[in-house]
Formats: sequence, C-alpha cells, structure tokens
Amino acid sequence: MPLTPAELEILGLSFKVALASALASLPLALGLAFLLARFEFPGKMLLDGLVHLPLVLPPVVIGYLLLVALGRNAPLGAFLADHLGVVFAFRWTGAALASALMGLPLAVRAMRQAVESVDRRLEAAAATLGAPPLAVFASVTLPLVMPGVLNGMLLAFARSLGEFGATITFVSNIPGETQTLPLAIYSLTQVPGGDAPAMRLCVLAILLSLAALIVSELLLRRARRRAQGA
Amino acid sequence: MKLEVSIGAQLGDFALDAQFAAEGGVTALFGRSGSGKTSVLNAIAGLLRPSRGRIALDGEPLYDAQARVDLPAHRRRVGYVFQEGRLLPHLSVRQNLLYGRRFAGRSGEGELERLVSLLGLGALLERRPQDLSGGEKQRVAIGRALLAEPRLLLMDEPLAALDAPRKSEILYYVERLRDELGVPIVYVSHALDEVVRLADTLVVMSEGRVLESGAVGETMSRMELRPFLGRFEGGAVIEARVAEHDLEMGLARLEFAGGTLYAPDVDALVGERLRVRIRARDVSLALAPPESISMLNVLAGKVAALGEPSGASVDVQLDVAGTALIARVTRKSAAALRLAPGLPVYALIKSVAIDRHSVGWA
Repeated sequence: MPLTPAELEILGLSFKVALASALASLPLALGLAFLLARFEFPGKMLLDGLVHLPLVLPPVVIGYLLLVALGRNAPLGAFLADHLGVVFAFRWTGAALASALMGLPLAVRAMRQAVESVDRRLEAAAATLGAPPLAVFASVTLPLVMPGVLNGMLLAFARSLGEFGATITFVSNIPGETQTLPLAIYSLTQVPGGDAPAMRLCVLAILLSLAALIVSELLLRRARRRAQGA
Repeated sequence: MKLEVSIGAQLGDFALDAQFAAEGGVTALFGRSGSGKTSVLNAIAGLLRPSRGRIALDGEPLYDAQARVDLPAHRRRVGYVFQEGRLLPHLSVRQNLLYGRRFAGRSGEGELERLVSLLGLGALLERRPQDLSGGEKQRVAIGRALLAEPRLLLMDEPLAALDAPRKSEILYYVERLRDELGVPIVYVSHALDEVVRLADTLVVMSEGRVLESGAVGETMSRMELRPFLGRFEGGAVIEARVAEHDLEMGLARLEFAGGTLYAPDVDALVGERLRVRIRARDVSLALAPPESISMLNVLAGKVAALGEPSGASVDVQLDVAGTALIARVTRKSAAALRLAPGLPVYALIKSVAIDRHSVGWA
C-alpha cells in the first residue's frame, strides 16, 4: 500500500511543522522548566498556570488569540512582517507556532520533572572537584536532564502531529501550506467519497502517534535505569 | 598543612559552634550521628556557609566572616569523599576519575596510573558507576577526589554503607593514602575502631559543639570523655613499637613507655609503630603482682584519679610510667582495695582482649 504523492506531501508538511514546533519551543520550555523547578519567586503559581493553560483552554481560543495578535492587519503581525520579514498568518510557520504553544505544557512538564529529579548533591560533588557553576551545568546537570529534554520534545512533536483547533483557526486549511494530517482528514470527511482516503490517513496517524509514544517510553526507561544505583 | 576551624551556624533548630585546629596526618571528627560532623565538613568544603567565624588552610582563609571572604567550593581545592560516593552516573569510571583534572589545569595519565594501581581500579576503568559494588564506588570516589589535586581531603563516613570485609578493604587504602601520599585528611566517623586505626588528631563532637580535641592518645584517655564514647568502648590508646613476633604462639611483643604488651594476630613488621586501644573493661587491678595466672600483661603503675561511679562500676585512671590507662572495676573492688590517687597498683590486661579492631598503624 504505497503512499500517494498527495499523502506524502501531507505527511512531509506534518513532519516539518511538528519538528519546527518542537525545536522552537525547546529553549523556552527548558528555561521555564528550570525556572519552575529550581527557583521560588512571586507569581510562580501564576506562571505555572499560564504555562498549563493550553492544556485546558479550547484550542480555538489559542488560535483566535494568535490570529488577533499576529494577523497581517494586527499591529504586532504587521510590525513583524515589515521589520523582520516574519509572517505567521496563513503560513506553515504559523501552524508550527500554534502547535508549539499547544505542546508547551507537555514539554515543560516532562523537562521540569527531569530537572527536579537531578540529584543536586552530584552538582555539589562536581563543585568540590573544581568545576565552576557553568561547567557543572554543562557537564553534570544538562547530561542528566537530557533524557527528559528529549522526552519533552518528543511529546511536543507528537502533540503537534495531532494539533487541529488552534491551527485551523489561526492559519486556516491550505493544502501544501498549512494542511497537516488532522486537517487533511477533516477536509476528506467533508467531501463525498472521502471516507477511504480519510481512513488511510487515520491509520497513518495512529501508527505515527504510537511510534512517538513508544520511543518516549523507551527514553524514560533508559533515564530511570541510569538514575538508579549511581 | 594547618587547618583552623572556628565557625558558628544556625541550621534550623540545630546550632553549630565548632572550634578546632589540625596539623597534617589524619584528623578524625568523631561523634554520634547528628552531632554536626558532616556540617563541619560541608563548611570546610564550601557547601555550607557558616554565619560567623573563620576557616583557614595554611593561613589562607577559605571563609572569614569578618573579612568577608567566602571562597566558592570550586576554588577551595578541598577534595571530598561523600558517604554515598556520588559518582557521576552518566560518566564511566575513567571519566569520573579524570573529571577534576581539567579544572586543576592538569592532564597526563601518569597520576591516573599511579592512583589506579594504588587503589586497585585497573579492571574498573571502562565500567559505569551503577555496575560497581559499594566498596568499588568508594575507591573510585577517593581516586576522583585525589586526582583533582586537593590540598586537603575530606572523608564523610566513607565506610558507613559498606559491609565488614569491604570496610577493612577501604581502611587499608585510606592508610596507604596517609602513609604513601601524605595527603592531609579530615575523616568523619562514629566508629571508634576506625578512628583509632587512622587518626593522629581526634576531635570529639556532640550536639554541634567540639567537646575535646587533640592528639588521639591523650584525647581518648581524658576521663570526662569516656561516658560519651560509650560504656562498652571507652578506654585508652597507647602507642607501641613491635619488638618481636613469637610465630609459634602467634603473639607479638609490643614495647611502649610503660612496659611490654603481648598482643595476638598483629599484622605488622618488627620495628613498626602501632596504636593499640585498650578498653577500660578489659583492664583489671591488683595490689601485688599476681602469680600463676593466665593474663600475660601485668603493668606496674599507680592510680591517677577515680572517676564518677556509674551503677556498680567506677573508672580508674592509671599512670603507667607516664602512659595513661583506664580500668573499669566494680565499686565493691574499689572499696576493698581502697583505691585512691597515688596508690601503687598492677594493671592486668588479657592479651586476647586486644583484637584486630584495636590495633592500627601509628
């Protein structure tokens, strides 16, 4: 059952959007994870709530707010387009941004857990061996949170493959530009005779999601094995 | 090496107020768990900031509240062997060993080879920390700390998590560090046999304060200390030299200032200096030298002081030609013999009471 060129295009676009969103959200997610795991500051509960908001808010709300903020006629959108040449509205980059935002809580949760599980006594041990703080971070903390970081990115990636509401609201459903796998399935279900091709895409979506979850579980197991008996 | 510690800190409900000085060799911080030993180590290492006082190594302040000096841990060059090893789980044994090298500004495999052979790590280099036994982990942790070229090595109960055979294995290596590398060591322990075997200087801590500190022999014989050391373990430490081995009988003849001592199973060469702990409960007293008895060790001396009676017994401090010994006798015997300061007595010690755990290299 070879894939048709149209299906390949949908798949390729979905991967591109998912990869871009996972990579783009990495620095922010890791920064937030460290901030929430290691520091106490006023407004921490509020920040934590904001980070988790996309998990509970209707995705269409996120999509609509993005459209209002970053549409071509919106002040911020116009500023970015005129001065930086960055356009999100109705582009695949917009789809990536929308799914990055939707995937952020998952990424932050996984990474925060990894940061919290780092044994800080190991960092102290490294300091007694002469390692300055930055070297401790690079040679001890970062390698130890790495499995969690990968896991967070994978979850964000998988979440992006399934993103629908925020994407269609913000960047619409444009074949070849913003029509990712869920949007394509939705389109097919809206036309007569689309059932069979829609089902093919559904099977693809299931296989992809399952693969992502299995890899994520394997990463977690490896991390747990490493953390034991150290 | 000269280490001066004089610090105070409030850690929750716990008040730490510790003063002592140590020069070279092994300094043992001894006390029950919760007495503040580890907090003192952490303060020396720079992992805990005291609220007042001063810590200096060879005159250079590591911490000085008044002068506002607080060197960060990574610039103190104080090695630390933790109770639980704390090897970096994502690195191999070799990488763990070499971790501190780059920060010390040194490379070269020469030093690595020397320590690998000293600590017997050759077969472990490519292994991961999680595949090591407890004793192996501690050996790697010791090697790692030493390869960072510390001016002082801190060891926090490195034997606590180990079983008896592993304990004597690590003790053997720590003795080699002390004797072959000459690294000054501050060694935290609540086990008296470790302290006797290793330490030159003894610092006794209780409830965040230093009760006594000084040379190990003197400190241990000080009367007021013994209730704290525990009824069972209290006693004196004497320094002696191996004079002769009687291989047929398995006995060694040890000479010390106060006379001769026979001890079984001594694992040292003739001429070597040893430290022997003699527990108060293993010493009996007589007014005249007894005849026809099994005890080989009969030492002439006199009563120096009588301790506070405790239950049925009382501790008697003896002066055996300048060497302090302690005998624990019943109050009944003390009354019958009319023990009083200045009275000449003979101290009787069973040789078999001096076991392997009571003897260490001086």
